[in-house]
Amino acid sequence: MRLTKITLAAVVALGSASFAETTAPGNIKFGENGGIELSLTSVAGDAASGRKIFMNRKKGNCLACHVNSDMAEQTFHGEVGPELDGVADRWEAAELRGILVNSKNMFEGTIMPAFYRDSGYNRILKKFDGKTILSAQEVEDLLAYVMTLKE
Amino acid sequence: MKITSLLPLAFSIAAVASVVTAGEDSTLSVEGEVFVTKIAAPAHLENVDEIFSGWTYRRDETQALQMDDFENPSFVFIDQALDQFEMVEGSAGKACSSCHESAEVFSGLRASMPRVNSAGELETIPELINNCRTERMGAEKWKWSGGQMSAMLGLIGLQSRGMALNVAIDGPAASFWEKGKELYYQRVGQLDMACSSCHEDNYGNMIRADHLSQGQINGFPTYRLKNAKLNTIHGRFKGCMKNIRATPFKEGSDEFKALELYVASRANGLSVETPSVRN
Repeated sequence: MRLTKITLAAVVALGSASFAETTAPGNIKFGENGGIELSLTSVAGDAASGRKIFMNRKKGNCLACHVNSDMAEQTFHGEVGPELDGVADRWEAAELRGILVNSKNMFEGTIMPAFYRDSGYNRILKKFDGKTILSAQEVEDLLAYVMTLKE
Repeated sequence: MKITSLLPLAFSIAAVASVVTAGEDSTLSVEGEVFVTKIAAPAHLENVDEIFSGWTYRRDETQALQMDDFENPSFVFIDQALDQFEMVEGSAGKACSSCHESAEVFSGLRASMPRVNSAGELETIPELINNCRTERMGAEKWKWSGGQMSAMLGLIGLQSRGMALNVAIDGPAASFWEKGKELYYQRVGQLDMACSSCHEDNYGNMIRADHLSQGQINGFPTYRLKNAKLNTIHGRFKGCMKNIRATPFKEGSDEFKALELYVASRANGLSVETPSVRN
C-alpha cells in the first residue's frame, strides 16, 4: 500500500509517458459483450503510432489478415478476417478495445490472436513466455488508429 | 483522394484473384504424366469436402518449375543422393546398393508412409534410412533434416511419384492417427493457432503475401524457393510452430510422427509429387 503511493508519487514527479499507469492483462474488466470500457493506460492513444503498429509484421501485423483501404500503399492485404474499412462506424471503441485485447471473448473459436494477454498459452516459445504481443500503450495507439477508419 | 487511394488496392486484389483462378484451373503434368492435384476428400475428413495439392496455390512461375525435371532445382539433390546410394560407408563396408539393387526397389514406399511396423511402432522413412545406416552399415545416423537425409528422402520419394497417397489409419495405426488428429486441432503458441486455423479454416485465403494452402504433404521433401533446399515434413512442422511462436516438438518425436500420419491421411488420394517445388 505504502509502496504504491511512493510509486505514484514518482510518476507524478517525473511526468513521463514511459511511467504511465497501465492495467496488467490479468486485471482487465471485460464487459458482458467482451468489450472493455476503460483505457489500458493513462496516456491517450496516438493514431499515427497505431497506424505503424497495424502494418508492422513484428507488432500488430493486422494487415496480414485484414484489408484496409487506408493503407493502399501497402501491397498484399490479407483475407482471413473482415475488411476494416469503416470499422469504426460499426463498432464502439470499448468493443474494439475488447477485440484487440482478446477477441475470443466475443468470437469463440476465432483465429485472431489476443494482443494483450500474457498467460494461458500452450507450448509458448520461451522468449514470449509471460509476455503480451503488444504493450498496453500499443493497444491504445492501435485502437486510436482503428477508430479513424470511418466511411 | 479516397478514390485514388483505393485504386492500387483494387488492382492488387484483382491480381491475387487471377493467381487463384490460374492455380485451380491448371493441370500438373511432368514428363507427360498427369497428377491428381484435386479430388474428393477421404471419408475420414470431417470438415473438408475437397482436397487440393499445395501446388494448386502456388504462382504460375513456381508451378512451372515443378513441371519440368530440368527446371526443378530438387534434382541437384536427387543426383547427390544417387551418388550417395553407391557410396560405401561404415564398419560393415556397405553402401545402400549392397542390399538394395537400385533406388527403384522403393517404388510405392513413399505413398504408404508412415506406417506401423511389426513391433507396433509408427515408423517413418528417415527412421528406416537411419536404421539401415546404424544396423546394417555400421555408419553414423544422419540428422533428420540434414542435406544427406533430405536428398535421400527425395530420391526414395521420387520412386512413388504419381502414385496415389494411401496411408493406413485403421488397425494398429488408429491410436497414432487419433493422437495426430488431436495435435492438428490443438492451439499452440502466443498466436494461439492450430494447424486447422490456417489449413482447414482458411485455405485459399491470403495471409499478407502468402496464399494459404491445405498444408498437404504429398510433395515432400519439397524444394522451397525461400531457403533453396529440400525441406522435410518434420522440418516444415517445426517452422510452422515457430511462426506461431510455439515451442516446436523435436523432429522425429512421437508427436511429429503422429502428426505426420494424420496430415498424410488428409492427402489420401492425391498424387505423390516428390520432389515438389513451393515458395
